[in-house]
Amino acid sequence: MIENKNQKLEYEMKKKGSIQIDAAPNGRPLNYKDLNEKIHGALRNGYSKVVLNDVCGQRFIGASLQGDLKLEINGLPGNDLGIFMDGPRIVVNGNCEDQAGNTMNDGTLIIHGDGGDVIGLSARGGKIYIKEDVGYRVGIHIKEYKQKFPVVLIGGTAKDFLGEYMAGGLIIVLGLDIRDDGTVVESEYPICGGELGTGIHRGKIVLRTDEDLETRLGVGAKVYELKKETERTITPFIKEFCEIFSIPYEMIGHKPFQVIKPISKRPFGGNYCGNLI
Amino acid sequence: MNWNNYTSLPEKFRNQRVFDGCGISGYINIDGKRDSGDQIIDMLCILSERENGLGAGFAGYGIYPNYKDYYALHFLIDTEECKEKLLHYLDEVGYIIQSEPIPTLAPHNIDNPPITWRVFYEPKKKKSISEDEQVVQLVMHINEKFKGVFVISSGKNMGVFKGNGWSHEIADFYKIKDYKAYMWLAHSRFPTNTPGWWGGAHPFNLLGTSVVHNGEITSYGTNMRYLESFGYKCTLFTDTEVIAYLFDLLIRKHKMPVPIATMALAPPLFSNIETMEQNYQIALKNVRATYRSAMLNGPFSIVVGLTDPKPTLVGLSDRKKLRPLVAAISENDDSLFLSSEEASFKRLKLIEEYNFKNVWHPKSGTAIVARIGEGILRDGLEKPFEKINLKVEGAIRS
Repeated sequence: MIENKNQKLEYEMKKKGSIQIDAAPNGRPLNYKDLNEKIHGALRNGYSKVVLNDVCGQRFIGASLQGDLKLEINGLPGNDLGIFMDGPRIVVNGNCEDQAGNTMNDGTLIIHGDGGDVIGLSARGGKIYIKEDVGYRVGIHIKEYKQKFPVVLIGGTAKDFLGEYMAGGLIIVLGLDIRDDGTVVESEYPICGGELGTGIHRGKIVLRTDEDLETRLGVGAKVYELKKETERTITPFIKEFCEIFSIPYEMIGHKPFQVIKPISKRPFGGNYCGNLI
Repeated sequence: MNWNNYTSLPEKFRNQRVFDGCGISGYINIDGKRDSGDQIIDMLCILSERENGLGAGFAGYGIYPNYKDYYALHFLIDTEECKEKLLHYLDEVGYIIQSEPIPTLAPHNIDNPPITWRVFYEPKKKKSISEDEQVVQLVMHINEKFKGVFVISSGKNMGVFKGNGWSHEIADFYKIKDYKAYMWLAHSRFPTNTPGWWGGAHPFNLLGTSVVHNGEITSYGTNMRYLESFGYKCTLFTDTEVIAYLFDLLIRKHKMPVPIATMALAPPLFSNIETMEQNYQIALKNVRATYRSAMLNGPFSIVVGLTDPKPTLVGLSDRKKLRPLVAAISENDDSLFLSSEEASFKRLKLIEEYNFKNVWHPKSGTAIVARIGEGILRDGLEKPFEKINLKVEGAIRS
């Protein structure tokens, strides 16, 4: 028996599997523990989509969530968004802070804004799509194993230490400036900073640029041309990215791709226990 | 809050380490408008995940317009006896214009809250030594020699309020909301790696220079010995004090422009310098050679308040960007905000419908500088010598 309007609304939303949570009731942001408890409570009650409103820097949103769930975040999620996540899809309408996608195992993180530093730290799988620019050390130590293949795709530009200690997976930087009014132009900032791919020993960093990258390479990294095989790998991700953020796909072809890979199969093999093996 | 260790850190704690993050915030109203402390409290308290209740502090610039020509000395004092001794000494070496308690709101059940006292002070005129220098020597002398007294700030028309507790507790204790300032700095948590004592909380101040810092200065020993050769005394058992003294040395004593001084503290790597134009190379290599021991090593992001010649807000992170710093500008370009996390700006948006024109991440090792009446001089995204009119004479020092 549905008595009042609110209950009816709630009932209907539940039928659709979606619930809204106000992360700052009366303008006072909830503690991150309380907010995450609320999210877990909603998921326990059978909702498969949670919309969070007025999020203001709460950390660890979506931590360790598993399964086919959806989180939509209006506001600014704090550090470690989607940490240890295994499957859900998180969409952020705005910027995110540092360490988003920390050690995530599977799932999708879509940021309609800027990303902070250390995005995708140690990611083991899943996709991280960021519309605009990101900070330092993005994709540090991401790794792949069999079918687990993390992808970090950045629409704008990155700064220093991109793909530091990378051990697998794929980082793509497009160097576009996707503005709020929908126009897409080439970014005025350099595609990446210095120490590019320093310490990389597996995986690929693909940069859409005609800039000279040789002077910016870190230890153990080398610039390669794009091979057909790599192109086949990156195309579906870029197509999906263009679709999500409404970028005309033809634009991607305006600049060449350069690939950063390790200088050899085991660039640091001799550094530690070379004599023992 | 912890109601002990106001003016010194007991010997038994000096080798203890408590590790945690810090939250820093600050803003400047470029048009000189004075705001109450509400905004800065909101900006800082939203970063509660970055603090551990061991310390917090605020610095307000422009809070004493009626006494703006006198040095506002803020003290933490243990006992009435110590206070009498201190005031007697101040009366001897200079003129006390006004002497009064700093209003506080201590909980009723506390028997021994610190005596918070302020003195508006004017040193005696001397030909051989400037007034600023006299006050610096006075501060160093009191902090070193006076037991039970600690000077927490000594600038003109500004003041530091700090203590050992959570940021919201410190804000309530000192009634930060009642002060009006055109520039605020704030910090939560504690001097890195040091156990809590009141005087050791941020901001660190000397004359008009205040520093809030997130990170740790691993070059502390080198910096300290360098500063001691200029007569500074590092007595606080923490790394951040060297930043305050270095800013004082470089900007007040050596008259360096702010962007060049920050280049001395966080210089580009030699490998980057090699790729620059010849005259930039000469300038930077000479800065690095001259101020070799002033270079700050280790992870840090700092927000600095300066008063000379005009109130200036400076933000700087280490050159590898190991600590966060985010900047924002208000809709009509009249305020610049800096913080550890963008959440501080989001918080202002939530409660006051405050709108920002732009939010951005300054480059590592690149200063962001805003000055009252002049606007944003550097936005932290420039190349090292961009916007600087540089005239280079001579060759590289070896």
